[in-house]
Amino acid sequence: MNIGHQDFYTQAILSMAALVGLTSFLMLGQGRLLRLIFVFALQGVLLTVTTALTAYSLDNHHLYISAVLTLVLKVMFIPWMLRRQVLLMNIHRDIEALKNNTIIMLGGASLMVFSYYVLHPIVQTSSTIMLNALAVSLSVVLLGMLLMISHRQAVAHVVGFMSIENGLFFAAIVATNGMPMVVELGIAFDVLVAAVLFGIFFFHIRTSIDSLDVDRLNRLHEVDK
Amino acid sequence: MIAVYFVLLIPFGGIVFFAFAGHKADTGKLNVRFNAICLLATIWLAINVLDQNTILSSGKAFLIDPFNVYLIVLTAFVGLTTSIFSAPYMAHEKDLGKLTDNRLKLYYSMYQGFMLAMYLVLTTNNMGVMWVAMEGATLATVLLVSLYRTPESIEAAWKYFILCGVGIAQALFGTILLYYAAVQVGGIENSLLWSVLYENANKLNPEILEIAFVFMLIGYGTKIGLVPLHNWLPDAHSEGPTPMSAVLSGLLLNDALYAVVRNKMLVDGASHSETAGHLMMGFGLLSFLVAVFFLHRQKDIKRLFSYSSIEHMGMMTFAFGIGSSLSTFAALLHMTVHSLTKSAIFVTVGHASQVAGTQSMSKIRGLIKTQPRIGWGLLIGTIAIAGFPPFGVFTSEFLVLLATMHSYPWLTPLLLLGIGIAFAGLFRHLQPMVYGDKPEGQLPIEANLWPVMIHLALVLWLGLAIPGFLANWFSQATILISGSAPL
Amino acid sequence: MSWLIAILQTLLFVALAPLLAGWLKWCKCCLQNRKAPSLFQPYRDLIKLTKKQPVVAGHASWLFTIAPYIIFSATVLAATVVPLIAVDLPTSASADVIVMVGFFAFARFFLALAGLDIGTAFGGMGSSREMTISSLAEPAMLMAIFTLTMTASTTNLSVAISHVLNEGLVLRPSFVFALFALMLVAIAETGRVPVDNPVTHLELTMIHEAMILEYSGRHLALIEWASQLKLMLYGVLVANIFFPWGIAETFSLQTLGLGLLVILGKLAVLAIFLAVSETLVAKMRMFRVQEYLGFAYLLGLLGMLSHIILETSR
Repeated sequence: MNIGHQDFYTQAILSMAALVGLTSFLMLGQGRLLRLIFVFALQGVLLTVTTALTAYSLDNHHLYISAVLTLVLKVMFIPWMLRRQVLLMNIHRDIEALKNNTIIMLGGASLMVFSYYVLHPIVQTSSTIMLNALAVSLSVVLLGMLLMISHRQAVAHVVGFMSIENGLFFAAIVATNGMPMVVELGIAFDVLVAAVLFGIFFFHIRTSIDSLDVDRLNRLHEVDK
Repeated sequence: MIAVYFVLLIPFGGIVFFAFAGHKADTGKLNVRFNAICLLATIWLAINVLDQNTILSSGKAFLIDPFNVYLIVLTAFVGLTTSIFSAPYMAHEKDLGKLTDNRLKLYYSMYQGFMLAMYLVLTTNNMGVMWVAMEGATLATVLLVSLYRTPESIEAAWKYFILCGVGIAQALFGTILLYYAAVQVGGIENSLLWSVLYENANKLNPEILEIAFVFMLIGYGTKIGLVPLHNWLPDAHSEGPTPMSAVLSGLLLNDALYAVVRNKMLVDGASHSETAGHLMMGFGLLSFLVAVFFLHRQKDIKRLFSYSSIEHMGMMTFAFGIGSSLSTFAALLHMTVHSLTKSAIFVTVGHASQVAGTQSMSKIRGLIKTQPRIGWGLLIGTIAIAGFPPFGVFTSEFLVLLATMHSYPWLTPLLLLGIGIAFAGLFRHLQPMVYGDKPEGQLPIEANLWPVMIHLALVLWLGLAIPGFLANWFSQATILISGSAPL
Repeated sequence: MSWLIAILQTLLFVALAPLLAGWLKWCKCCLQNRKAPSLFQPYRDLIKLTKKQPVVAGHASWLFTIAPYIIFSATVLAATVVPLIAVDLPTSASADVIVMVGFFAFARFFLALAGLDIGTAFGGMGSSREMTISSLAEPAMLMAIFTLTMTASTTNLSVAISHVLNEGLVLRPSFVFALFALMLVAIAETGRVPVDNPVTHLELTMIHEAMILEYSGRHLALIEWASQLKLMLYGVLVANIFFPWGIAETFSLQTLGLGLLVILGKLAVLAIFLAVSETLVAKMRMFRVQEYLGFAYLLGLLGMLSHIILETSR
């Protein structure tokens, strides 16, 4: 089952999986917010291409709608909104000093290995291609979480949140050729609402702590001191 | 079956109506009316189910069976009583200058939005839609948590949003895996529908389903408030408006647990190992024990009771995890009585903190002297939630203990110990608040305690005797979930 | 016959290298709105330099004078390993890609020694920088190359290229990573923007130019020629490994001619890309280079990993 013997669609999907995984790593190591948002948009483009490719090769029309939705939401609207916030807050020149960047990168690599480990039982019943697609999307999800843990800026948290969504979307497209239409529309709606809510939240956080540094949201404790 | 559409359309109409009508003096009462009509619709639905047992809507989009029908009625009921409480409560908050008309408009609109999401989670037959609705519930409530716009409430809402959003993403991954397992089998139409999956559960690959279940448990477990994913829960409960705490504790947590149990049924059908059950038991027991200890260290009254919610959700998860018919029955009963009791408690807590002007327990004193009804409400509510006979919580906790003794005897001491510690934790805080000396300048407020009384009366009734139709639903649901009839 | 072609190919390499440099310069001038020199200007420069008498510092050792010859011949030997217009040549069969990297290292070693030899401040500084960069670039380069060699199960460039050629159009995730990694390394190794700027002699930033500051006359001509050759070698590597179509597999006049034309086209296109990127990107600080090369290494590693994980069966 060498890659040379697979059809072109599978090859393309695998390449896309690899690139999507790469963008997640790029985001993880990115200290500048504008570049982070740019890479996020890039990931959105990759997803759009993947979706369109799947739609074309399966002749599945509702996936075209998903592709368009992804393009509009994740390549245009959300990056635009985040970019605007960053410019408005005048934090685009700040470089976030990422503590322990090396350790985070190594952590990211081990998360990738971990996702392969978790999903390995799947191989018994299906192709390695599926394992790869699912494992890459799971690791995109986990890397998104790691991104949220390692960054302090609220904007970075939103990017992490949305890239988790991207990972899930990739899994849905590649492993199952897209969820039923109603579910996909629902998910897209949720993402849109979440994006709008994040915009509102930026405003509130800014007015309450005068910064978007989430580390300064520290008034509530598990146990009252 | 038309009733389902009514149940969903009424709150939808509510969202639109409140969003466009703007806030007026009688909006709170209108909200009560919307919820009342919705309760009637759910009762209509319940009567349908009474003689048909399980109904699938045409197109299989909705599924009503004994497991969810009583939860639907319960949701509508708690929604109604909480809205009765919320009307004067929110008006009072507005008089204090904490809220504006615009925010109240948002509040009422999103109240209905939350109710819609809850009904959708319960009625839908589609696992994907269930996820969407669950996320929708987060989105609807997140702005309500930060309704007061204090730095604390914004922090709480941000935590709630991020933690629940990330958590629930795991559940979506689980759902995708589930769908993948179904697509793989091939020849199954509409393979994201629960009823279809349930019929074909034995064909699905158990390994994939078990992996999927782990993700579902983590995802929906965040919403249940399972330790260690519970951090958002006390914050959101304590910083949001009290009616929100009541519905979050009484409904959202239940529905998340409902989603987990639905998935567990599929996994149990596919694999005959007890992995899923053991996972639930482990997480449930951990949450139970951790929450019990945190009860002792709280200073905020709403945080106190939110930890109590975590404790009870942990116990239910544990009971569902055991998976015997007795424990399942107990868990179903516990879901009902806990949500009735806890929402009643939050209603009284809301009044109590309005009386004292603060949520800090060290400042709430002598309630029984200032306003005896609130004092008694809080006292009886806490007695009920701590598991005293003759209230329903006692019955269900007793059954859980019995089931544990039956299946895992060595875990019983842990449970007993936990219940004891929880009791101590609740009462050491409660005693001075209810009795104690009345502080200066503490005045009675206008409070509507009917919801509390009705809830507590119901809990008392359920502790003494379970009405026939409810018992029937419980045993039907038990057969569905555990595979055998209780006792 | 094949030996003849091999020698011819190497000569072509040596002869065409200045032309590529001229074309690159021409493209850049056009992009930057400057009047472009003739395409053959590098040849004229080389000829001019050879005619001049080399001036050697008084305390320079024999190493200083011998180094340009060693550097040039090592680079030419490296060129024999890389298939330019045809595969299956005896020279490329006798040595594999690791030997090629070895030749580069050998040349660099002598260049650094020569920089140190005369004892000026700039020479030492340049040598130290050059060695720093190359110590980071070499692993990344080998990573990228190994991805290719694992796919083809050989370290021989010629065999690997014909393997890729025979497999037809296969979209490999590993190749995408390896391609990017190799391009980044090529830019660093040949001293182009953003790692080094070959056209300035600004004291604080120069790397390659700092080492050869004391050279003149034919010595300088040889070193310049060698570095032009090196640029072309990397270009050919990128072009022929990842886009091998058109290279001659049989030795007829037709296929060889076609091979020559195709490689010229590919190199021209690559040079345009390089010119555009050099126009767009600013040179980065010396201390950022490690990040840059670390990224290249990461890409190479990912390429290797994705080859192992995604492309082979278990």
